[in-house]
Amino acid sequence: MSSMNTNLLAMKGVHTHIGAYHILHGVDLAVPRGQLTMLLGRNGAGKTTTLRTLMGLWHASQGSVRFGDKDITALHTPQIAELGIAYVPENMGIFSDLTVKENMLLAARKAKNAEQMDDARLKWIFQLFPAVEKFWNHPAGKLSGGQKQMLAVSRAIVEPRELLVVDEPSKGLAPAIINNMIDAFGELKRSGVTILLVEQNISFAQRLGDQVAVMDNGRVVHSGSMAAFSADERLQQSLLGLAL
Amino acid sequence: MKNSDFDWKPLLLVPVLALVALPLTGSVSTWLTLTVAGLAMGMIIFIIASGLTLIFGLMDVLNFGHGVFIALGAFVASSVLGLMGDWTGSGELWRNLVAVFPAMLVAMGVAGAVGLAFERFIVRPVYGQHLKQILITMGGMIIGEELIKVIWGPAQIPLPLPEALRGSLLVGDAAISKYRILAVVIGLFVFGLLAWTLGRTKIGLLIRAGVQDREMVESLGYRIGRLFVGVFVVGSALAGLGGVMWGLFQQNLIPQMGAQVNVLIFIVIIIGGLGSTAGALIGALLVGLMTNYIGFIVPTLTQFASIFLMVAVLLWRPQGVYPVANR
Repeated sequence: MSSMNTNLLAMKGVHTHIGAYHILHGVDLAVPRGQLTMLLGRNGAGKTTTLRTLMGLWHASQGSVRFGDKDITALHTPQIAELGIAYVPENMGIFSDLTVKENMLLAARKAKNAEQMDDARLKWIFQLFPAVEKFWNHPAGKLSGGQKQMLAVSRAIVEPRELLVVDEPSKGLAPAIINNMIDAFGELKRSGVTILLVEQNISFAQRLGDQVAVMDNGRVVHSGSMAAFSADERLQQSLLGLAL
Repeated sequence: MKNSDFDWKPLLLVPVLALVALPLTGSVSTWLTLTVAGLAMGMIIFIIASGLTLIFGLMDVLNFGHGVFIALGAFVASSVLGLMGDWTGSGELWRNLVAVFPAMLVAMGVAGAVGLAFERFIVRPVYGQHLKQILITMGGMIIGEELIKVIWGPAQIPLPLPEALRGSLLVGDAAISKYRILAVVIGLFVFGLLAWTLGRTKIGLLIRAGVQDREMVESLGYRIGRLFVGVFVVGSALAGLGGVMWGLFQQNLIPQMGAQVNVLIFIVIIIGGLGSTAGALIGALLVGLMTNYIGFIVPTLTQFASIFLMVAVLLWRPQGVYPVANR
């Protein structure tokens, strides 16, 4: 099977500049179809910039980004989202002044009102994240941090997407909520969604990841299976400064 | 957690201001006259300001040229009404309204069309650059004013009220201008339509979401640029409508009228919270009432009344009465 078929997303030699700053220095990243890829790295390594570049929020100054067999390097964010990529940013991107229902309705692009949303899919989401159903008519700004993260992920999957891109889903969450998130991502993985997660929580990464890519100084310096990475303490020490 | 956490305090400012003014105006009839005048003025300012606050909220665009649509709307309406002299001169209200409403629609259409060009050629090249936005939109307004002078002449021109809208209705001893009642009715209609669109439709939902976090709206797959063009055109059309109403309120027009009203509408959207339509309504009503009360009680301070009000509100709520989340 060719790499074009096995990899849903492929970034090759991607450079990104933000103003005068050169942030990404030739990122090569492959996200295999149907698997969960963890993007790890120290603060400032370029993980968030990589996600924003693939979403078209910042444009690559050099290199290419392919989604399936389509070159998306120069596409704008809405066009990229329309191809079937859902993105949850680090700040979750919750619309605080809108209700939970309105946040979900916005992500359901085909629905003009809440009644037109896919009932079966909503029920599945409510099973994954009961808080979303519980606070359905409440202002999203009043939710706790964990509930907001659940809403952010729910919103990303309210319609079927091929690739789910999530930036630090466990950031600032209590351990019980993190376990809930791990279960939910596990269920998403089983449903066949390809997932790319940026994480700082190593335990979270180890429990969920099929593949791993480690960034440093704006480059991917290691990629491979999570199992092999977890087993190699020297590699972890040299790339992340700690052992899993 | 309560289902509805609406903040009522800013809304109470309007009746509180009116009640505070009651003993200072000397009589209930004077107070009633001033209050209706203030509400009418507030509704007209709201119609103009609602578009501007959404334009800022959605794209962070500081459009100092908004005033040109006010003047343009008023001058276009003067031409349309001038062609319908038989209808405006009639003493029958329905004939007057048949003249006024088409004039308003034409003014909105022209202002909206010019708004479309203004966004494309003046605003779009300076997205994300506030200083350039201020300079170029002010430049656009100056050019617009000069074009108005070329078309309608530089002199002040009268815009008399249609016959049946002149004069006042007496409620007890209070004289309430008929036109001001019409202005309140139109203002309430526009507010209702705007509230329905923003609160009950998907487009409205997108606008409210875009005001909070436009990047996330784009990440969900919506082209916010197109949405913004639509909002800019509607905002310009509403400014045109407000211009017609302001012109009829003042009963004369000058090409610089937009620039004069510009100051008031910026005060209103700052009081309201940049990007907030509910805030713009509260701000507009407060400015309208304050201007009328102070104009009667201490006429020499009228010019400063709105600025005092803005300072007082910002001392209480530095982001405006209804700050938009995430901004």
